[in-house]
Amino acid sequence: MPEQEPLLDIQQLDARYGAIQALRGVSLRVERGEIVTLIGANGAGKSTLLMSIFGDPRPSAGHIRYLGRDITGLPTHAIAKLGIAQAPEGRRIFPAMRVEENLLMGATPLGMQHIDTDLIKVFELFPRLKERRDQRAGTLSGGEQQMLAIGRALMSRPQLLLLDEPSLGLAPLVTQRIFAILGEIRATGTTIFLVEQNARQALKLAQRGYVLVNGAIRLSGSGEELLANPEVRQAYLGIRA
Amino acid sequence: MDWHILAQQLVNGLTLGSIYGLIAIGYTMVYGIIGMINFAHGDVYMVSAYLTAICLAVLFSCGIDSLPFALLATLVAAMLITAAYGWTIERIAYRPLRGSNRLAPLISAIGMSLVLQNGVQLSQGARTQGVPSLIPATLRFGDEETFVQITLVQVMIVVVSLASMALLHWLIGRTTLGRQCRATQQDRRMAAILGIDTDRIISTVFVIGAAMAAIAGVLVTLNYGSFDFYIGFVTGIKAFTAAVLGGIGSLPGAMLGGLILGLSEALFSGMVNTDYKDVFAFSLLVLVLIFRPTGLLGKPEVEKV
Ligand SMILES: Nc1ncnc2c1ncn2[C@@H]1O[C@H](COP(=O)(O)OP(=O)(O)OP(=O)(O)O)[C@@H](O)[C@H]1O
Ligand SMILES: [Mg+2]
Repeated sequence: MPEQEPLLDIQQLDARYGAIQALRGVSLRVERGEIVTLIGANGAGKSTLLMSIFGDPRPSAGHIRYLGRDITGLPTHAIAKLGIAQAPEGRRIFPAMRVEENLLMGATPLGMQHIDTDLIKVFELFPRLKERRDQRAGTLSGGEQQMLAIGRALMSRPQLLLLDEPSLGLAPLVTQRIFAILGEIRATGTTIFLVEQNARQALKLAQRGYVLVNGAIRLSGSGEELLANPEVRQAYLGIRA
Repeated sequence: MDWHILAQQLVNGLTLGSIYGLIAIGYTMVYGIIGMINFAHGDVYMVSAYLTAICLAVLFSCGIDSLPFALLATLVAAMLITAAYGWTIERIAYRPLRGSNRLAPLISAIGMSLVLQNGVQLSQGARTQGVPSLIPATLRFGDEETFVQITLVQVMIVVVSLASMALLHWLIGRTTLGRQCRATQQDRRMAAILGIDTDRIISTVFVIGAAMAAIAGVLVTLNYGSFDFYIGFVTGIKAFTAAVLGGIGSLPGAMLGGLILGLSEALFSGMVNTDYKDVFAFSLLVLVLIFRPTGLLGKPEVEKV
């Protein structure tokens, strides 16, 4: 049997905002069925990497392959149709829309065929959203908005789910709940690429991780390896060596 | 002040306001989705007045003698061709400037407006044109001396405008396309990440706005019978005022702003002075901008990311 190509394969990626170079030769891989995490400090370039997978900003050099196909130059909306979904930094739910409408927006790439079954699935995962389905999304709490952002991403039945700091601004209990749900999502066969500043929890959950420093990959390894790494422990876990 | 003058001005104001509301929709939807004022929109409305005259002339010269059919065909043709204008304007004048500073598309919009005005002036001539009065039917209430007069065209204007607005309201509020428009308006980048072709949605909004302006153009031409290449300017600014009054970016606001502007302008004309009605309308705009810059139904501006 030939070795399968990785689900996501990023090679030598550069991205810039005008004069600022935000990513420098980033290479990483995500295999099917994994949870892979990317940790890094503020401004390291984590969000830029997730957004550049969606072509915005468009990489200035390097390649992004998804299921073996080079998707580097594709328009943003076309990338969504390939089976990649994102719950982005800041959640970016549509505040003036009802909760259910937000979820329906997530189903855009599938053309509304499986709406009913998929809504039920998301409501099973996040019962809170079901209670609030007719409420304006802007009135949800931070944790509920994060659930909505993840639920919305799931509505496109993605093979690859990109999450940008889902724990940001949430109480520890809510964060734990969300991380537990990420495990459930992975169990249904969805691969997860998780950007986090909450390094401890992210590395515990993930099979593998990468550390991004100043736009470049500094370290990589399994979750346990990185948790044990002195540099990670000092810089991201707050433990003095 | 007699009751019949008041009632007559209310009827006229409602008619005028419906027209402002229809045109205001184009300003408010385009502003809502790309944050710019499409200054060529009034001229798109002007083009539809010419199309009305041309379509009617062609249909009658082809021997069509059913008036309802001729009107319907004219409405459909004017909407389609005007919508094509709206689509093209976005394509050539605005899309290439997307992502540039705010001033560039504004200048491009004014340029587009001049192109349309001068293009029509060159191809159709500068003089005022007209269509014959096709629907003279009139309802009168009152006696010989004091009466209120409602023409059938006025009734058509109010009915067709309200029906179009209701349809649009349903389209935006209830359909998948409408949801995609709202998503693009609220967060264009996120909408694209969810798989929405936002360029297509922006084109659609220009097409809808132009088609609504075309409905207004056909109705006004049937009502007043005369027009020239310059009508888009004053009517356009009035409709823009209506959009700001109602809260630019808000669809119900455009309709409300149109009706308020039309009614108050007509009442001002009837009770105070006709010569100063434009001054009155723009004073209203200034007052709104000073005391309630977000308009009646608008939300405070949220800086786009
Ligand atoms: N739209 C933008 N325009 C200009 N510079 C930007 C833009 N977005 C990000 N940057 C810069 O690019 C660099 C990487 O930013 P990015 O948002 O990717 O970091 P991050 O790792 O996600 O940080 P955080 O943990 O704070 O979210 C930073 O220096 C940031 O200032
Ligand atoms: Mg970030």
